[in-house]
Formats: sequence, C-alpha cells, structure tokens
Amino acid sequence: MQTIPREGEVRIPSGCAISGIFSKSGKRLSGEGVIKSIATMHDRSNGLGGGFAGYGIYPQHKDLYAFHIFYENKAAKQTCEEYLAKRFEIADCGEIPVKKMLIIKNEPLIWRYFMLPLPKKLEHSLVDEKEFVAQVVTEINTKIQGAFVFSSGKNMGVFKAVGFPEDVGEYYRLEEYSGYCWTAHGRYPTNTPGWWGGAHPFALLDYSIVHNGEISSYDANRRCIEMFGYKCTLLTDTEAITYIIDYLVRKVGLTLEEVASVIAAPFWKEIDRLPEEEKARLTYLRNAFAGMLITGPFSILLGFEGGMMALNDRLKLRSMVVGEKDDMVYIASEECAIRVIEPNVDRIWAPKGGQPVIVTLNGGVR
Amino acid sequence: MAFPTIVPCKKGMARETTIHEGNGIMKITAGLLHFQLLNEQVRETTDAEVVIDNCIGQRYIGSGLGNKHITINGVPGNALGAYLNGATIEVNGNAQDATGDTMNDGRIIIHGSSGDATGYAMRGGRIYVQGNAGYRAGIHMKAYKEKLPVLIIGGKAGSFLGEYQAGGLIVVLGLRQTRDKDYCSFCGTGMHGGKIFLRTDTPPEGLPKQVTVREATVEDLNEIAPYIDEFCAAFGESKEEIIKEKFLVLVPDTKNPYKQLYTHN
Repeated sequence: MQTIPREGEVRIPSGCAISGIFSKSGKRLSGEGVIKSIATMHDRSNGLGGGFAGYGIYPQHKDLYAFHIFYENKAAKQTCEEYLAKRFEIADCGEIPVKKMLIIKNEPLIWRYFMLPLPKKLEHSLVDEKEFVAQVVTEINTKIQGAFVFSSGKNMGVFKAVGFPEDVGEYYRLEEYSGYCWTAHGRYPTNTPGWWGGAHPFALLDYSIVHNGEISSYDANRRCIEMFGYKCTLLTDTEAITYIIDYLVRKVGLTLEEVASVIAAPFWKEIDRLPEEEKARLTYLRNAFAGMLITGPFSILLGFEGGMMALNDRLKLRSMVVGEKDDMVYIASEECAIRVIEPNVDRIWAPKGGQPVIVTLNGGVR
Repeated sequence: MAFPTIVPCKKGMARETTIHEGNGIMKITAGLLHFQLLNEQVRETTDAEVVIDNCIGQRYIGSGLGNKHITINGVPGNALGAYLNGATIEVNGNAQDATGDTMNDGRIIIHGSSGDATGYAMRGGRIYVQGNAGYRAGIHMKAYKEKLPVLIIGGKAGSFLGEYQAGGLIVVLGLRQTRDKDYCSFCGTGMHGGKIFLRTDTPPEGLPKQVTVREATVEDLNEIAPYIDEFCAAFGESKEEIIKEKFLVLVPDTKNPYKQLYTHN
C-alpha cells in the first residue's frame, strides 16, 4: 500500500459515476442491484477507485458503532486496537470478508469493529456520544500512522478500494449484505492518484458522500471547515464536503434543505428576485456560512441514517437523473444506470441545479 | 439469411448478443454490450437500416455516420450521433447528455426527452426532441454558409438555453407545459449569433444585456416553418395548434456585442 503515491503527491490531469438506490418502505435489498447499476457506467471510471455505502446492513448490531478500518501493517493495527480498547467496549470484531481477486491489488488489512464508547470515558470527555466518536476518528486518521477509519456509523458501512466499482463490489461480497439504501461510486480521479482511503464514499458517523465533480472552492472550504476542528488529511475535495455537511447538520442544526442553500446557494441576482422573507433567509445563510459555498461542478449523493439526499451544483455542470417506482427511488449520473435495474419506472426526471432531492424512510427500517 | 454472432464482452456484461442480418436491416439487441463493439457493428454493416433493441447507455451511437437510418429502442448513452454526417437517428426513449455533439448533417429524432447539452456545438442538421431538454441545450451552436443547425424542443428547456450560441436556430415550443417560473433561466448567456424562438408571450427573466427580445415577424416564422413541419410529421403534432400561439425571438444585439469571456470577474 505504501508503494503507491498518496493524494497530493502526483497530479493526474484527466468524470466519475454515482448511483443510489433507496427503499422508502425500508425493504432490505442486497448489494447486487447497485453493483449492476454502477457497472453500466463503467466508462465513467478508470479503475482507480470504486466504493459503496449500505444502510441498514447490520441489524444484529444496529445500536453499535461499526468501524471499518484499513491498516497498512500489523504494527498500525496493534497501535490502533490498543487505542480503541482504552475508549470503547468492543462487542465484536474481525476481518471484513473479501473475495480474493487478481485485479484488486495492494490490499491493506481490512478490519471491522462493533463497539460503544466506555461510559466513563464518554462522561469524562464532556462531549456527546457522536462528537466523542467523531473525535476518535479524526485522531486515528491524523495520528496513527498506517491506520485509516473509513466508516464509523451505526447500522451502515462503507466498502471501498482501488479498482472498478463492479470489481470492488464483488471483492467485498456485497451480495451477502442487505440494506434499505445503497450508494455507489466509480472513480475517475482528476487531480490525484487514487489510493484505498481516497476512494469514495467518504464517511463520518452515519454521513457518507459520493461525488462526481471537482470543487474549485476546495481550499476556501478547507480553511473554513478546519476552523471548526476538522482536519482535511486526504487532500481531496469530497472529504471537505463530508465535513461541511456533518458540521452544518450535526453541529449547527440546519435542515438538509438549508444545507443545500448554503453549499449550492442561489446567485445574488436570483435572490434579489425573491419575496422579502425568502430573500432574507437566503441572504442570512449565504452570509453566515460564506466559506462553505461550494463552487465548481458537482453532483453528490449524501447517505444518512434513514435517508438520502442528492444535490447538483447551482449551475448544474454535472448530470443527475432521478427515477421513481412504487416505494423505490433511484438516482444516478445516467438514466441507463436506473433503467438497467428498473426498466419500468413510474417517473424519471432531472432535478435543477441547487435543488436538493431528499428521500426518507416512511415506515421505518424493516 | 439470418445468423447469430457471438460478440466478446467485458466482464459483467452480457455474454452474447444476437445480430440478425438480412433484407437490408441489421437488428442488434444491445443489452450490456460495450459501446465500442456495438458501434463497430453499426459502422461496418452494409445494411442501410439498423435497429438497436434494449439499448442501455451505449455512448457515441452513429457517430460520424452518413446515409444510414438507425432506430434505437431504449436509452442511448452520451454523445449520441456525435459528428453525425447525414444519417437519421430515431430514438424511442429518452436520450442522455450531449446528443448531437458537433453534428454536421442529418437528423436526430427523440420520442422522449433529452439530457444536458443537447445539440452541443452542432454546426448542421436537425435535432427534434418531443419532450423536454436539459440544461445548456444548443450551447455553442454555430452556422456557416449553407450550414444551418436547427434544434426544436417540444416541451421546455433547462437553464442556459443557447449559451454562447453563435449561429443556427433553437425553437422551444413549450407544448403541454404547466407554466414554470424557472423556464429558461440564464437564457442566451454569451449568445452572439443565431436565433432563439420561444413559443410564449412572456420573455424569460434576467436576459443578458446583449440579447434583444421581440415578437416573431412573418419572415421569422417562415424561417422555421419547414422545420416545424418536419417536427409535426415526426411526432404527429398539429402545426395549426403550434403556430396559433405567439412566438418571441431572441437575437444578439450586434451594436452591443458580448465581450466577456465566460464569467464576470
């Protein structure tokens, strides 16, 4: 794993593919559907990254934080496990089962832990449980050399690697998992070389992001979000989006619609044309969180506990299509990625730039 | 004579696809066949007629082709008919992005909607969309001498219609639309040639300074009449219904040309 260059060490001048599947009734679907969907857009990726996030996949441990961790070597694993044992009660752990494949190279050690913070440690930390866990993730990723937590939510998990997404799905045996929501990413890195940690989705707690695009405001966004205790260690734009959303939703308490109005804010010219109340609301959001306006082309899928949000940049410089059929919602970069798994959608449409599409569970997780 | 051919496929894709040839018609069931293999078949056949069934996102279909008639059932991929040079492509379904990219001649008829950047940089030929078009339809269209590209959108168009348009005709009919306030935001941004026809009595909001809007004259309407005829013939629409409504015409003001390069700094 150390033989390949890291993000920021190389620039590869060179799009991506995203797909999401959501059952509003909480029906649990295996990972096969989303693999088939993302595979249709094979040529939007170049084999330098593929990944998936599944929600509702760990019902047997649904109240425990599920950490997925890459280790570059056994020493990193030992250091990290000692660190975790001091802070968490680990109910279950083990290697994440994979199917060995010639095409998937430079595998790190891939481990999974189901755990809860130790009550004493949590109490002494003077922060709430989620913040405690988020701080642990940041600390491991910045301080323990060779350890990288890439999934840290409850009843959800991220699976990612360097490879084409359909191979990555097969490698992680996603047909053996079932969840009410799946998101997927096929990577075509534009600025960076692609390594396991740099593949999408990026996740913190139960928020996960898959992203197609390139953020021109990355450095402004990074400087802004680092003022709130986040550390952008990967030098990729998607990581910054994940932290911005975690900050705005979990810490500030904005609704997802408000988050969309911050990161994909309407132009001032458009705001000027709106009724007074709406003008005041949007002006406030743009001013209060100016550093979190994301410019440049993007289409993102945000997964979270019980829901999924899709959002395009305000100029809509990336494609995104939404399909609906009964209780199912499909969102993908291309219509073909929806039709391949559901040829008879009831409705298919493209959201406008900056217009969030939010789907949530109606009947809870089944 | 009909015979099945086994086409090698990429991993995870359909293992075999049947191609029947005879009577001057080639039929291909595309399924998950890779676009390169599909397009090779379409290009190399001596049949004048090609029917592609179960199309699932294959890119570049018909690119650069002249004198063939291609019927696509399903969803063709991005850059459908790129550099098209005289062929007719008819889609029974929706098209994705960049349909007719830089096409030179021929027709693309879509019995459905089309995605973003429909008619991207086209310099000849006609594109007829029965439903809606996505963002940036007709971006960078241009005309030269006898080359006059035409794009007709039956429903509504997304924002940035005719962005940087340098020539050609874009017509938006707005058929069967409930009035949409956001209809054509940023319409004609950077436009410096050609004409945009909008079948409406209200001009879009926020038109750029260098674009003037006026009611269509008889001469203007005569200019688009043959294409409206062709559009109606393709989709079974009524010309009387279409032309009884008011049309606005957007043209760049040559006395106040567009001088900015992309964004205002």
